[in-house]
Amino acid sequence: MEASHQTSPRPAEFFLLPLRLAWRQLRAEKARLFSAIAGVMFACVLVFMQLGFRAALFQSTTALLASMRADIFLMHPLTTASFRPETLPRVRASQTFALPEVRAAVPVYLAQAVWRNPENGTRRPVQLVGFDTEAGVMDLPGLAPLIEALKRPDTIAFDRRSRPEFGDVGKILAEQGPFKVQVANKQMEVVGLVDIGASFGADGNIVMSELNFRRIARERIANTVDLVAIKLAPGSDLNAAVARLRALLPGDVMVLAQPDLVAHERAYWENATPIGFIFAFGSLMGLIVGMVIVYQILFSDIASHLKEYATLKAMGYSNAYLGRTVLSAALLLAVLGFVPGMLFSAFLYDVVGKATFLPMGMDVERTLFIFLLIFGMCASAGMLAMRKLRDANPADMF
Amino acid sequence: MQPVLIEKLSYAYGTGALARPVLREIDLVVEPGEIVLLTGPSGSGKTTLLTLIGALRGMQDGTCRVLGQELAGATEAQRVELRRRIGFIFQNHNLLGFLTSRQNVAMALELHPGLSERDRLARAGEMLAAVGLSDRTEYRPGQLSGGQRQRVAVARALAVRPGLILADEPTAALDKQSGSDVVHLLRELAKRDGVPILLVTHDPRILDVADRIVAMEDGRIIDPEAEAA
Ligand SMILES: Nc1ncnc2c1ncn2[C@@H]1O[C@H](COP(=O)(O)OP(=O)(O)OP(=O)(O)O)[C@@H](O)[C@H]1O
Ligand SMILES: [Mg+2]
Repeated sequence: MEASHQTSPRPAEFFLLPLRLAWRQLRAEKARLFSAIAGVMFACVLVFMQLGFRAALFQSTTALLASMRADIFLMHPLTTASFRPETLPRVRASQTFALPEVRAAVPVYLAQAVWRNPENGTRRPVQLVGFDTEAGVMDLPGLAPLIEALKRPDTIAFDRRSRPEFGDVGKILAEQGPFKVQVANKQMEVVGLVDIGASFGADGNIVMSELNFRRIARERIANTVDLVAIKLAPGSDLNAAVARLRALLPGDVMVLAQPDLVAHERAYWENATPIGFIFAFGSLMGLIVGMVIVYQILFSDIASHLKEYATLKAMGYSNAYLGRTVLSAALLLAVLGFVPGMLFSAFLYDVVGKATFLPMGMDVERTLFIFLLIFGMCASAGMLAMRKLRDANPADMF
Repeated sequence: MQPVLIEKLSYAYGTGALARPVLREIDLVVEPGEIVLLTGPSGSGKTTLLTLIGALRGMQDGTCRVLGQELAGATEAQRVELRRRIGFIFQNHNLLGFLTSRQNVAMALELHPGLSERDRLARAGEMLAAVGLSDRTEYRPGQLSGGQRQRVAVARALAVRPGLILADEPTAALDKQSGSDVVHLLRELAKRDGVPILLVTHDPRILDVADRIVAMEDGRIIDPEAEAA
């Protein structure tokens, strides 16, 4: 009878009214609401843990290379991962001096040897990193104050972030100063600590001068090296230098800027091992379980209110309005489950990080990504449940 | 203009060989402000006719004009729009259990733009007062008696100031006294606002609210004069 009856609700109410209806409906059944929130939370925590482990593992696999702070590296093109490098001719290092912007180029040697725990005598393989520590080409975190000490024969610097099975080297150093440990059946003197971090390939690291490396790894052929670290003159163009080095050097070396070296290592772990897949699969499982739970809850909410929904349709509510109500319910569950799930995950990250020495941490990008996943999970559950609305037929109401 | 104008309306459930005619060439008019009761034996097609008039079911043959909207060939959007101008009262109250009486009535008003939340709640309160439930506005349906729930349903149907009320056995779930109370209340409010009502009932005790009684049998409206003869 009134002409104003024709139009649809105001824009602000377009989403707010269905949202409010969804909230009132969810709130009315506390037990159902809490089980839905618990389901979303479960999925959320699972995905946070899977993706957190994944990031931590990838980050730790590259800890050694990430700590090697030089401008450009040379590596053999067949080297897939730094724990088993292909060697390249030592002469490549000196060849780089043909470019005027190359300030310095030093060989880097990598090897594994057996370390004897100074506290209890147990043996464990340790990663050796040897290079010309005086040249100032490679700046490992914590190395600078140790350069003088490392000039002495049979001295090493120990990675304080190695796993505890190597012994509490830091404590012994603090108590009694430099002391001897057995590495590859030789007595080496620990003179200080650096910061690198345990990785997949190596539980612990020790750093030494090129000379001291040779004294441990006697079997190494002197004219082959594992990496070459290059320092450029200040103000040089990094990309141009990489391009010129590629043109200059033969095909048995790969020229990589430092971030590309790290990315190359990471790509190996991501693509050539099942690690990435395992965590993606674990996350997917969590999302599917969460989706099924949310779907069940929304579906039974609709099924038990079919008569009411049909009544609303008879009163002139459109399918689209009721669809928005179901989606709103899904999105409310997403938010209500995500927030506690995220807080709980932060707590678990802390616990797990302390127990495993993995660098577990919340980061904004991953948190947003997981929120989108949970949001998508709930939205698809909502879309599936919405099909049940078709069963609400207003013609069956009388 | 008549609120309801039906000519040669036929309807069958099922298709082809299984088609079972339920309505046969119905002619029916409801005049403005008129209260029409539809009676007849079970299975005679009363509910089917009501759902067609209420645009809850697609038309087949004939014409059916409700509040100026021709339903033969109407689109879903046109039918949804028409339903917003009709007040429905069902056998069961069908109130939303998680909303209070006031919120249930206000829900009907949400489809009508130009009203603020305050307007809606205020008008819902007035309607509940009109059905004698001003002290029950914050109760949920579960906390009300059957007769009170049906009165909330009446308030909800009338709140949108509909052009027509359709009710199907609104007293079936109620005891004698509260059933009679509800329909008399409905009549009083409808007469006040001049809203026509088409009400299906089996209940002989409420025939007195009618301005006119229409009887159906086997899908046809039977002519009282012919019957008498
Ligand atoms: N959805 C349907 N599908 C098939 N047949 C139906 C359907 N609804 C009703 N019928 C049949 O149509 C006929 C008329 O039904 P209708 O519900 O309109 O009768 P009614 O007059 O309202 O009966 P009652 O007084 O029992 O409510 C009945 O024989 C019924 O079995
Ligand atoms: Mg019926």
